[in-house]
Amino acid sequence: MEAAAPSRSRRRWGDLFEERRFLAPALIGPAVLFVGLLVAVPLGLAVYLSFTNATSGSLSGTWVGLDNYIHAWDSSNFRTALENTIIFTLASQALVVVGAAILAHALLRPFRGRWLLRFLIVLPWAAPVALSTIGFLWIFDSQFSVANWTLVHDVMPGGGHLYLYKPANWVLGVIDDLPWVHTGKIDPFNPPQWLGQATLAKLSIIAVQAWRILPFATVIFLAGLASIPPEVEDAARMDGATGLRKFWHVTLPLQLPIAIVALLFGIVFTATDMTVVYILTNGGPFNSTQVLTTWAYQTGIVSSSLGQGAAVSLYLLPALVVVTVLMLRFARKVEIG
Amino acid sequence: MTWSAIRSHGISYLIVGPFAIVLAFPFYWMLTTALKTNGDLYNLANVPFKFTTTRGDPEGQSPTLRHVTFIFHHTQYVRWLENTAFVGAMVVVITLVVAVPAGYALARLSGQLGQSVGVGIFLTYLVPPTLLFLPLSRVISKLGLEDRLWSLVLVYPSFTIPFSGWLLMGFFRTIPVELEDAARIDGCSRLKALWRVIFPISLPGILTVVIFTFSLCVNDFVYAISFISNSTNRTLSVGVPTDLIRGDVFFWQSLMAATLIPSILLALLYNSFLNRFIEGLTGGAFR
Repeated sequence: MEAAAPSRSRRRWGDLFEERRFLAPALIGPAVLFVGLLVAVPLGLAVYLSFTNATSGSLSGTWVGLDNYIHAWDSSNFRTALENTIIFTLASQALVVVGAAILAHALLRPFRGRWLLRFLIVLPWAAPVALSTIGFLWIFDSQFSVANWTLVHDVMPGGGHLYLYKPANWVLGVIDDLPWVHTGKIDPFNPPQWLGQATLAKLSIIAVQAWRILPFATVIFLAGLASIPPEVEDAARMDGATGLRKFWHVTLPLQLPIAIVALLFGIVFTATDMTVVYILTNGGPFNSTQVLTTWAYQTGIVSSSLGQGAAVSLYLLPALVVVTVLMLRFARKVEIG
Repeated sequence: MTWSAIRSHGISYLIVGPFAIVLAFPFYWMLTTALKTNGDLYNLANVPFKFTTTRGDPEGQSPTLRHVTFIFHHTQYVRWLENTAFVGAMVVVITLVVAVPAGYALARLSGQLGQSVGVGIFLTYLVPPTLLFLPLSRVISKLGLEDRLWSLVLVYPSFTIPFSGWLLMGFFRTIPVELEDAARIDGCSRLKALWRVIFPISLPGILTVVIFTFSLCVNDFVYAISFISNSTNRTLSVGVPTDLIRGDVFFWQSLMAATLIPSILLALLYNSFLNRFIEGLTGGAFR
């Protein structure tokens, strides 16, 4: 039908686009290029910078080998930061996994008001982290903390003398001798300084991290539960599996891979996050809540030692590699299941 | 309603209720705070959960909207909203142009190698901004983009493309191949079939990607604080914590209002598109 020369050449171009071997790379190419230029290249640059004494003033530093890594390792602030990164991540994600498992199961079945409740639950995930952390800055305020008000005031309407700090003190009386607690008891006239005392500041950061990741983990768990085919549920019911037994033998094995994927994501998001600590405590009091990311920012940007900052942040890399390998293994398992 | 239905609903409320209260409390608290007068907020004798008007308070009645309107008239807040919207919109466009074809190809066309490339792109999402901001701040200053919103437009796709590509791949996989085959039998080319058949059906999925891409941009703090130091060029995430807090003086009511407004809007969008989001996840990674 179309015999003219120009349309034949267009035809050939069209044929080229019909060819999978050509079309697939043509469609994926831009994404690979973009991501390669903006992730792989800077990552390589970060590694390079970490071996030089570059400062933010001058572009070219001289090669110093492993000096930056050794120097960072020898600093006590770095050790604290490394320790905190691990503790904050593990503690918050433990809370998240337990919470998300319970919440996802409860949210699975439709009930009246689910939309509203789900809206409330999704809020911490949707809110920009930097902004919601300011909300916590106010909740943990040194003078006007609502948490403290609730602890030390009579919360029973009509003067029922229900003071929440009293039961809290009983608990503290039991656990305060443990080596990592030592917060002392709550004094109603001198209430806790949530962000001004090292242990409490750490607990506050863990709470905020768990709070902001929980909705995301819940959603991933929901996705996992939703992907369990109804036939499996039916078969389990036919075999008489109910309640806990069904959960243990049917739901859990099917859900485990996706739960692990959610956990790995949570670990990455928490360990590599800078915002929460930066806004909540900025590493204080006395650098006791520094994490690797804030310490890297402190050395790399604030103190302008780009090379050293890069070395500090690259201490995160081994952990990321481990997570990536695990992720690949479990993502594949999920795909099969 | 049968007894067992009531019981199972009751259990749902008993479990979900407390979680919802804990998770949403900070936002309730932001709202309460935002509406108080200074005299009400900074009076330790007042019960913080309700509004108390003190006689002779120069700001008058509590609750009041004066601290909420303050951020719109006397701060750069509106400017930051505009900046954020601009960056978000540009990044969404770039992300769609790059990620839609890639997601489609990964779902339909690619072989074994393509799958590995897809996984590779997705894994770059795990490389955090906190690892890249130091070298990138170098690159940005070399390009002369310091203090300019374009620096963010350039850098944000590095995390939105992997995320969106993966999600889109999930959506495209849920569309039956037969639809496409039918279009091609009718004489459409592959690209035409993609444009005419696949694209319209996957519009809800694409809209979901738009929303999550946009919110990833709003969420970024690390790049925005490292690349931009000029107050008028700030985005929401950095402008509010750095410029609304002057030294040690916190305008808490205004801060809380500034935080609450974008959070509520984003949460409404999230909740409306949550089922689609789950669909994309289960269609792609967790099929």
